[in-house]
Amino acid sequence: MAIIDPRHAAKQLVYERVFRSATLAAAILVLLILGGVVVSLLHGSWPALSHFGLSFVTREVWNPVTDKFGALAAIYGTVVTSLIAMAIAVPVGFGIALFLTEMCPPMLKRPIGVAVELLAAVPSIIFGIWGLFVLAPILQRYVQPWLIDHAGPIPGIGTLFKGPPFGIGILTAGFVLAIMVLPFIAATVRDVFDTVPAMLKESGYGLGATKWEVIWNVVVPHSRAGIVGGIMLGLGRALGETMAVTFVIGNAHRISSSLLAPGTTISSAIANEFTEAVGELYTSSLIALGLLLFIITFSVIAAAQAMLRRLERRALSSV
Amino acid sequence: MNRRTVRRIKNSAFLTLSLIATLAGLASLAALLWTLISHGIAGLSWTLFTQMTPPPGSAGGLLNALYGSAVMTLLGILIGSPIGVLAGTYLSEYGHDSKLSTAVRFINDVLLSAPSIIIGLFIYEIVVVRMGHFSAIAGALSLAILAIPITLRTTEDMLKLVPSGMKDSSAALGAYPWRTTLSVLYPAARSGIVTGLLLAVARISGETAPLLFTALNNQFWSSDLNAPMANLPVVIFQFAQSPYKDWQQLAWAGALIITVTILILSISARVFLALLQARGGGGAGR
Repeated sequence: MAIIDPRHAAKQLVYERVFRSATLAAAILVLLILGGVVVSLLHGSWPALSHFGLSFVTREVWNPVTDKFGALAAIYGTVVTSLIAMAIAVPVGFGIALFLTEMCPPMLKRPIGVAVELLAAVPSIIFGIWGLFVLAPILQRYVQPWLIDHAGPIPGIGTLFKGPPFGIGILTAGFVLAIMVLPFIAATVRDVFDTVPAMLKESGYGLGATKWEVIWNVVVPHSRAGIVGGIMLGLGRALGETMAVTFVIGNAHRISSSLLAPGTTISSAIANEFTEAVGELYTSSLIALGLLLFIITFSVIAAAQAMLRRLERRALSSV
Repeated sequence: MNRRTVRRIKNSAFLTLSLIATLAGLASLAALLWTLISHGIAGLSWTLFTQMTPPPGSAGGLLNALYGSAVMTLLGILIGSPIGVLAGTYLSEYGHDSKLSTAVRFINDVLLSAPSIIIGLFIYEIVVVRMGHFSAIAGALSLAILAIPITLRTTEDMLKLVPSGMKDSSAALGAYPWRTTLSVLYPAARSGIVTGLLLAVARISGETAPLLFTALNNQFWSSDLNAPMANLPVVIFQFAQSPYKDWQQLAWAGALIITVTILILSISARVFLALLQARGGGGAGR
């Protein structure tokens, strides 16, 4: 019946080439965007980097009046708030993942999982106003005075909890970040736990191990790479998180020994100051902060992806 | 205490701790929603949708901000999602496991979790500086860049779920891959791709950081894409940090609106996906 019309066939081939090129162009565009980000950040930060050199990352001073800028306080704030967040979110996220995969009644598994994922969908700015108006006053009234009274006198770590309870500051930012990265860690670790073959677990139970022993000695070792990947993915989020931190950090460009003191992070400094920055050096220094943030988060996220990918490949080959 | 008791105690202790962790996670979601509702509900009224953002100390609404957010989110999706869908199609149908595809997948995953404020700086550098002023189109472009990775990822995943038998049948009829993709794969993966779009809308409609120095903000009504445009997240940011009670109330109302919208979007995305899986996406295999 069908007679192949050569003109029709030729047209089909043209359509095919056009469609293929369009999809290829879109895929390449993704690479170009990342390349463009790197180039534009380098270009924008060049005046600051060439003016300050390496001292940009080693100095704490941040003074728009005298045009002296150093990123150390912002780097310190970024790293410390993220570490506080991870110290809280990793054990809690681990617990949630454990509960969802090993203990939860099947009926509740999905609703609780969805609820945790919804927490991840809430925009950053909402956590920001919640942190400022709800969490900060609670911390100021109850938690921080307790820390000052009880942890303050301990030699060594005591200096971390000195000074007046401001409510806002490094510790509060770390708390808010913890709640924000929690769903990412919980969801990734849960997915990794789910890939552990049931047979391995049942062998553990067959030897008389308790649930916790199976989890600790079978499930965790089997999914180590994935757990680390999930934690680093959460860390990447925490390092780059902007709006929530901006609300509760206090925007002070200095390094205090106390976690209760106000500070700043790279992203919150950019968010707070960028539109008000006057002068080439000021704007450029803020973009240089952005470049630093990009380098830090890129390395963390890339490492996390590499680990999760390795795990995925292993899971595929073992099936 | 013998070893067995120790093991049993250890077991229950850790299981209890994980239960507490789950309750703590759920409690923070509940606390967040409760705060939003209790603070926001007082500010909900029709004037929110009929009046502009007010100067300090007077009443007003959020009309210009709601409009601006809707326009920029829509534009962002219109620009970003075709790129994401096409690139996802390339990875699934043409590139497979080539070096280029592997690189694109990797970079896409990095973009997916990259800080959005950096995208804002990027658009500031290449659009705002060139044009010499802040504009709604710059804001929409930065949102578009954030929408690409999400749509790309879901499109690729969903196309891979389509049974290969369908693809093979189409090829056996003499169809070129483009025809197969448009007439067989896209319809089969429609709910999945729509899920990706919904997730992308949910993600970008609450984004604040990339809009701060691209779209900026605008106290007044403006539908000019070439001028700064008001938008809900930045209005919430500015009003919440102000000392004025009226502004703070508006910020809470805005926060409630934005969160409810995003939660509805995220939940419907999940419902869509569940429908897709119920229809037999799972049994098909690769």
